[in-house]
Parts: sequence; C-alpha cells; structure tokens
Amino acid sequence: MTPSARAGVTDATSDSETSTDVETGAAGPGPASERPPTTDAEGRGGLRLLAARLAPVVVLAVLAYLPYLPVDVPGVLPGRLNGPGSMQLLATCLVIGGIALSYDVLFGRAGLLSFGHALFVAAGSYLLTISTASWSLPLPAAVGLALGLSTLLALVVGAVALRVGGIAFAMVTLAFAQAASIIVMRDPGGTTGGEEGRTVNRAALPDLLVGVANAPYRYWLALAFLALTWVAVSLLVASRAGHAMAAVRENEQRAAVIGLGTYRVRLLALVAGSFLGALGGVVHALVLGGSSPHLTTSEFTLSLLVMVVLGGAGSRWGAVIGGVLYTYADARLVEVSGAGVLQSLPEVVRQVLSQPLFILGAFFVVVVYFAPSGLTGLGGRIIRKAGVSS
Amino acid sequence: MSDLVLILFTGLGLGALYFLAASGLSLVYGLMGVLNFAHGAFMTAGAYAAWLTMRDLPQGWPVAPRLAVAVLVAVLVGAAVGLVVEVVLIRPLYRRHIQQVLVTVGLSLAGVAAAQGIWGSDPRPVEKPVWMAGTTRLLGATVPNDRFVYLLVALVVFRGPLALLHLTRLGLVIRAGVENRTMVEALGIDVRRTFTVVFAIGGAAAGLAGVLYAQYAGAVSPGQGGSLLIYAFIVVVIGGMGSLTGTALAAVAVGLVQQLANYYAASGVGDLSVVLLLALVLLLRPTSLKGAPA
Repeated sequence: MTPSARAGVTDATSDSETSTDVETGAAGPGPASERPPTTDAEGRGGLRLLAARLAPVVVLAVLAYLPYLPVDVPGVLPGRLNGPGSMQLLATCLVIGGIALSYDVLFGRAGLLSFGHALFVAAGSYLLTISTASWSLPLPAAVGLALGLSTLLALVVGAVALRVGGIAFAMVTLAFAQAASIIVMRDPGGTTGGEEGRTVNRAALPDLLVGVANAPYRYWLALAFLALTWVAVSLLVASRAGHAMAAVRENEQRAAVIGLGTYRVRLLALVAGSFLGALGGVVHALVLGGSSPHLTTSEFTLSLLVMVVLGGAGSRWGAVIGGVLYTYADARLVEVSGAGVLQSLPEVVRQVLSQPLFILGAFFVVVVYFAPSGLTGLGGRIIRKAGVSS
Repeated sequence: MSDLVLILFTGLGLGALYFLAASGLSLVYGLMGVLNFAHGAFMTAGAYAAWLTMRDLPQGWPVAPRLAVAVLVAVLVGAAVGLVVEVVLIRPLYRRHIQQVLVTVGLSLAGVAAAQGIWGSDPRPVEKPVWMAGTTRLLGATVPNDRFVYLLVALVVFRGPLALLHLTRLGLVIRAGVENRTMVEALGIDVRRTFTVVFAIGGAAAGLAGVLYAQYAGAVSPGQGGSLLIYAFIVVVIGGMGSLTGTALAAVAVGLVQQLANYYAASGVGDLSVVLLLALVLLLRPTSLKGAPA
C-alpha cells in the first residue's frame, strides 16, 4: 500500500463517520459490514467522504421540497404527491422512521434487545394527548411534561430491567410494555380512552397543525423530528458515551475489565433512546391528532425491531429506511390484495396475502437469513461490488 | 370464604394454563437456548386446528369425544409445526441466538396475520363439553369443572418431560448435549436430531396449551396465543429460565396473584400486579435469572 493511499484511508476512517468506524466488524446485533475497498487513491476516498457527509443534507433538502411538487404518482401514493392524503402518509412514515432510529440506539448501538420501546413512545404520545385534553395545559407545557415524565419512566424501568441481561432483559421489557398496554386499554378514569384512543385538544394546537389543508406543515414537523433525531444520534454515537456503548455491545466482559460501568452505559443508552422515542411519540400524536392504543401493543414494539433489522441495525440510514419502508408497506400493501395478478390464485392464498403483516413478516425472515446486515448493508455490498468490477 | 375458594381454584386453573404455555417455552429455552417468539403462533395453530376438527367431525357425536380428538389433532399439529420450524428455520442459525429470536419474531407476526387473513380477526366460539361447563360444590363454593381439567393436564405435562429427561435414553442425550455438545457428537450421537425432538415436544405442548386456553376463553381468535405468550414469558422469567419446577411454581404464583388482585382490588389490577411481581423478583434475586446468554 502506498503512503498516500494509507493517508487517505486513515483520513476517511477517523474523520468522516466515526459511527461507521464503530459499526464495522460488529458481530452482535450490529451488522458486520465490510470495509470499503481501500486500494484506490486518495481522491476517491475524499469523494466518498464528501458524499457520505452531504447525502443526509441532500436528502433532507429534497424531502423538505416535496410539498411544493404537484406530481401525480399513481399506484405509489394516494393521490397527488403534495395532496393531503400523501402528505399525511409520508409524515407518518417519517415519524416512524425517526422512532425506529431511536430504537436503534438501544438495539443497534448498545446491543440491548428491548421489547419495551413502545412503552416510551406511547408514554410520550399519551401524556401529550392527556395533558392537552384532560388537564388543558398549553402545548409547550404539555410537550415538556410528556418528555419529562417519559424520561423518568425510562429511568425507572431501565434501572429495574437492566438488572438482567440478554434474553431475560427482552422478556422483562416486554412485560413492562404489556402492563402499560393493559392500563391504556382499561381506560382508568376515562383518561386514555381505551380502545378508541384519545384525540389531542385542538384548541391547544397552533392553527398550522390543524386541518386537512395544513398537512404539509405536519409533514415538515415530522421531517424536523427525524432530522433532529438524526443529529442527536450522530452526536451520541460519536461521543465518548457512544464508544462506550459500542464497547459494551461488542464484549461486555472486556468493557467491564477496562473499567467501564456497563450498567450505567446501558442505562444511558436506554434513557437516551427512550427520550428520543418519547419525542417521536409526541410528534406522532401531533401529526395524527391523537393517540391510539396500537402504539402500546407488543405488535408495535415487535414491528420496531423488524424495521431496524430490515433496514440494517447499527446504521442510521438502515433504521430510518427500515422504518419508512415498513410503515409505507403496511399502509399500502392492502392495495396489492386487490391487484389483478392475485385474482387467479386460490382463495386461501389470496386471504393470506391480503395481510400486510404476513408479507412483512415473511420478508423479514428472508432478510434475517440472506441479508443479516439489512437492506442498507445489502445495498452497500452491491454498490461496492459494482465499484470493484468497473 | 366460598369466594376465596372459588378464586383459589380459578387462580390454580389459570396457573395451570400458564404452566402449559410456559412449559414448552421453558423446555426449548433451557435445552437449546432458543427464545421462541413463535410459541404464541404455535398455540394459535393448535387452537385453530382443534376448532376446525371439532367443526368437521360429525355433529351427531357428543362434544366430549370430539374435543378429545381435537386435542389429539392440536398436539400433533403443534408438534408438526415445531418440527418443521426447527428443521427449516432454527437449525441453520444454531448458536446465533439473536438471529433465532428475530426469525421467530417474524414467524409470529406472519402466523397471526395468516390466521387473521383466513379466519378473520373476530373470535370464533368453541363448544364446551357439558361436564366441563358445569360446576362442582366444593368447600361451600361452586367451582367450574374445567379448572380441574386444566390442573390435571398440567400435572401430567409437568411429570412427563421430567420423566423423559431423567428416565429415558433420549433424555440422557438431551441433558448431555446441553452440557457439552461437542463431546456428545464426538461419541457418535446426532445431537441435532434430539434438538429437533425437543422443539417438536415444545410445539406439542404449545398446541395443547392453545386448545385448552380456547376452552377457557370459550373462543378462538388470532391474537389469543400472543396474549397468553406474554404471561408465559413472565412465568418463565420468574421461575428461573429453563427450570421446569421453577416454571410450575411461578405459574401457580402468577395465576393466584392475578386472580386475588383482580377480585380484591379492581379488575385489571391483577395483570399489573403480575408485572409488579416480576419487578420484585428481579430486584430481590436477579442472580437466579442470569443464565441467559444473549
């Protein structure tokens, strides 16, 4: 290897994506993505570095511009791209993408297989709804209250659940989330609305977030949340705490031996992820105008895991793309069942295929088998292969 | 007093159901280290298999023999599903526990969705034999008879695997395989086949739990297995992962606590106190639960 190439490589690894640096070689839940081929000269490394840095900004700009595009995309979206239906769907996709990113802080970064993340998302959502609707708090106070209490809840639940590790931790978090689901369903004192859910008090919201015509503003709100979460996760991953999380994920014993408080590192990951998740819950409630008990179900918590693994655990692109694609597919795959192609199939097959969750679940199993690093990992591999052969 | 007796028996009956659901889970986890999220889907499969069998058998038969056949079919279906899942999906991922969990998660989502697509999401009522629907006067309380059935079946299931593990050659191989897989293989024994058998037994237990829970609930629905699975998880964690005796004790404790709290406090408090019980156990003696490699 020439000195110049070597310099280029070090530059790329130390400077650009400290996160990807930590990610690579992850043997646990994080994918073991291969390092890009390093035989090329410096210019190529610099280009790649530039692209990696610019990509999120470009994507953000394009997404922010979407509400100005009056394009028809038949079959892909309900109606025009900047119509209220499409905007609402895209906003939901972005919020869930952000929530998936917050879950990745636990699963992909700290290696915590939690089945209780829905608890904190639901806490954020329901606390916002209840504090505006039942306690008539103004919006800023309601947001503050929702975030504060949810984070406190995460601290308490995490302190208890982290006393066990591995699979037991997964089961315990599931149990806590289930308890919350039961409370919400029982509707104590009429606060949660039971199966119906609860709507946000419209009077407490700024006018821009209310009404069908203002769907683009809710879309921008969702986009802002996603961008904020992205930045927060980037900073966290690049910080000392982020490195400690990666160390604990990779080898807990070794991390403990070199003097890291593994319990505290995990608790920090859980609380940080839950805070972002609760923020996602708040935005979810604002975008959808209320809270639905679906957020508390174990199905939602499992789907978060599916999203992250589908996209690629331990990578920001992976979590976001997984979340967005999953939500989109869940909403739009119902259309597939009406497609003409399926009419010739036997009745039972059609009934099964009409369930989006069946397709997603089966697809998920296939991804776990054949693309353990998720769709982004697979994409990266294909791109790199193409780059080598050209 | 009579209320208390009734609640105790209901709690015990429910505990028996939790044990049935948890036993397969605990067995598979203890021996293979696989946390089977699809266990709920196995239970749903058993429940629907039994429901279909009871529907398609000649309606002239009394309910009891039809139920007996249905239980048999449910157990066989559960075992078959477990067998196929182990051979096709779990075996290639041996020792990669997280991936195994992920696969079973995907399977559970797809399984429930498939049941929903074919039979709809509404609960379908199931027939109950006359005797099981009746009651018995006991210590001044009228106890529904089905509680005794659950207890009896749970006792049999409790003794069965223990006897299998400790009295048969297969049990010997399984225990040895858990202890040191490489050594057992070096002795010329195919451990993989025994693990498949264990998974099939777990599936059979799930099928049994599914059909009995459908009897308890009076209906089958796609989400049933999943909701029972969560209590099964709690029972397995409280009982110490992988220990059948611990699982049995924990199941009884969870069933009793839930029923007592539901009756003496308020409806719904029981479910919460179960989670509280779990938190307490974790805080007081977490060491017994730590045998869980991720």
